[in-house]
Amino acid sequence: MGILTVQNVNKSFGGLKALHNVNLDIEEGKIHAIIGPNGAGKSTLLNCFVGKLTPDTGTVMFDGHSLLGIKPHQINQLGVSRVFQTPEIFSELTVWENTLIPCFAKRDGAFTLNALSRVSDNKDMAEKAEQMLVDVDLIDKKDMLASSMSRGDKRRLEMAMCLSQKPKLLLLDEPTAGMARADTESTIELLKSIQKKLKITMAIIEHDMSVVFSLAQKISVLAQGTVIVEDVPEKIKGHPKVKEAYLGEAQV
Amino acid sequence: MKTISKADMRTLFFVAIIALFAPLILNPFPTESGWAQFNAGYPDLMQRFAIYGILAIGFNILFGLTGYLSFGHAAFLGVGSYSAVWMFKLLSMNIIPALILSVIVAGLFSLLIGFISLRRSGIYFSILTLAFAQMSFALAYSVLTPLTNGETGLQITLNDPRIFAAENISGNLPVTSLFGLEMRDTWTMQLGAWDFQFNIGYYICAIFLLLAFYISIRIFRSPFGMMLRAIKTNQTRLNFTGINTRPYTLAAFVISGMYAGLAGGLMASMDPLAGAERMQWTASGEIVLMTILGGTGTLLGPVMGAGFIKYFENIFSKINDTVLHGWFSWMPDGLENVIVWILHLFTGKGWHLTLGIMFMMIVIFLPGGLMEGISRIGKWWKHRNAKNNNTSHTSSTPAE
Ligand SMILES: Nc1ncnc2c1ncn2[C@@H]1O[C@H](COP(=O)(O)OP(=O)(O)OP(=O)(O)O)[C@@H](O)[C@H]1O
Ligand SMILES: [Mg+2]
Repeated sequence: MGILTVQNVNKSFGGLKALHNVNLDIEEGKIHAIIGPNGAGKSTLLNCFVGKLTPDTGTVMFDGHSLLGIKPHQINQLGVSRVFQTPEIFSELTVWENTLIPCFAKRDGAFTLNALSRVSDNKDMAEKAEQMLVDVDLIDKKDMLASSMSRGDKRRLEMAMCLSQKPKLLLLDEPTAGMARADTESTIELLKSIQKKLKITMAIIEHDMSVVFSLAQKISVLAQGTVIVEDVPEKIKGHPKVKEAYLGEAQV
Repeated sequence: MKTISKADMRTLFFVAIIALFAPLILNPFPTESGWAQFNAGYPDLMQRFAIYGILAIGFNILFGLTGYLSFGHAAFLGVGSYSAVWMFKLLSMNIIPALILSVIVAGLFSLLIGFISLRRSGIYFSILTLAFAQMSFALAYSVLTPLTNGETGLQITLNDPRIFAAENISGNLPVTSLFGLEMRDTWTMQLGAWDFQFNIGYYICAIFLLLAFYISIRIFRSPFGMMLRAIKTNQTRLNFTGINTRPYTLAAFVISGMYAGLAGGLMASMDPLAGAERMQWTASGEIVLMTILGGTGTLLGPVMGAGFIKYFENIFSKINDTVLHGWFSWMPDGLENVIVWILHLFTGKGWHLTLGIMFMMIVIFLPGGLMEGISRIGKWWKHRNAKNNNTSHTSSTPAE
């Protein structure tokens, strides 16, 4: 059994069945890609993992805990971090502060009234944040306001924020969308090296098939709210059901 | 270990110097001159500068950092005042127990109101705090008369128990003091045509202002303060980063409520009475205005905003028609009347119109408040100096 197991999850928005009996099993230490055409329910599925949405029925188990009915911050404290489809960062703070906050959250927990020390006195936190910014190649921009960065940079910042927490499970919703080709390559390299070094389990949603095939060790194909195929990358390529689902979409 | 950075130390020192010499700085005009009415260096007004400064600093910790706009902060001010007066009635005229109780009661009261109001954010939060404050005002005005003495307001009387005070044989109402140091004690220094007044009460308020300012610096620079600023820009991200935002906002709310309680307690310490109108929504609105006018989220802005509003309130509201006629008596009668009639709208009781216009101008042209104005002037100055240096360089090199 994997680190994250999803069983029979259903979610409807009014009359629209966004998820229909979804079963998913993400193995520890693997990179698991979730692909599928637009509107297939990929983001909705991730939302059910992090407490943004509650499934109508079904179970979501992570590392022995149910993720249903607990708050987003509790889920994060269990070791789940998420990069969103549209970057969620602290736009009015500097890049530096953006990276510091997850470090403090990891060390101090959900709430600490740490009002007497100075942020700058916490040298260990600064080291972590700096290391992370070096890794994503944003260290030159550390004093910039996060809002003034390009979309690709914001994404990498968000990734750094999540990685600095050393999560057990990292959820990535289209991490390379809006990035230049070179940045996409370096992001792939970053994710690969992180996975090798820290053995972080990752679930990645991605439309760019070159990214998917260079990263994923397992792929689930979602179409109209159901997992139609789940297999290793070699078997997904040219799978008739996948071709059917993607008809008129990106070439697989 | 150093607790605050050099730059912050300099700001604190700057505020301390201003506060120390305020009786001189705020009294630039000779006592007998026509301009003397623009002086602000008298005890009553200076005390108000410091007290409202404390109030605005505290409000800024909530609004400036977290972005939660409370429209009911005057309630805590009022609660602080009532608590202080009760201490004067029951214990003694020493301001220390009064201030301690003010802060504690305001803290508990804000814990209750914050706990409920912070279940919502944005406009709903503002409305909830407003509703609570208006409720407190109404209660103080009517139902809670035994505690607040209703319309008349809570005052000290000769019959109060004051169990720790020596027996009062003078037959006069006792005065507030700090271990014998009376708040109303004022030493007047005459220097030529000038009278400078150094008042104990003012200096006590100023010391608390400095303390309040120092604590606010510490909060701003702490991890706690950083989390509060993060709440303002993206609460969702913070939740998904493992932070429970509710206790953070509640802590900020209670801290700022305690600041307001201290301000209320000081108000009663300077003049031992408390009335329900101190809790009214207009008073809450004034706190918001001060903070925005000075510069929301900046360290110094709220203090400046408080000083600015209190100064103009005092000056403009004193300019009545007689004063205006005095100024324009040299004009032909018809013109004089027209001018006085126009200015009448903006002065005396109409000074709120002036305040409103100033507020609009600042919000439109300087969204960052007075602090933005200052930093713009600073930048312009640097720019100008840099340019001057450049031109002097180029002119020193021969042109051809
Ligand atoms: N909060 C919501 N309320 C109503 N409908 C929603 C909501 N969120 C998603 N949907 C609908 O559910 C379906 C699945 O959406 P979802 O965002 O999960 O798709 P996706 O696979 O992530 O697509 P994309 O690749 O475009 O990001 C879509 O039809 C969408 O319109
Ligand atoms: Mg999506």
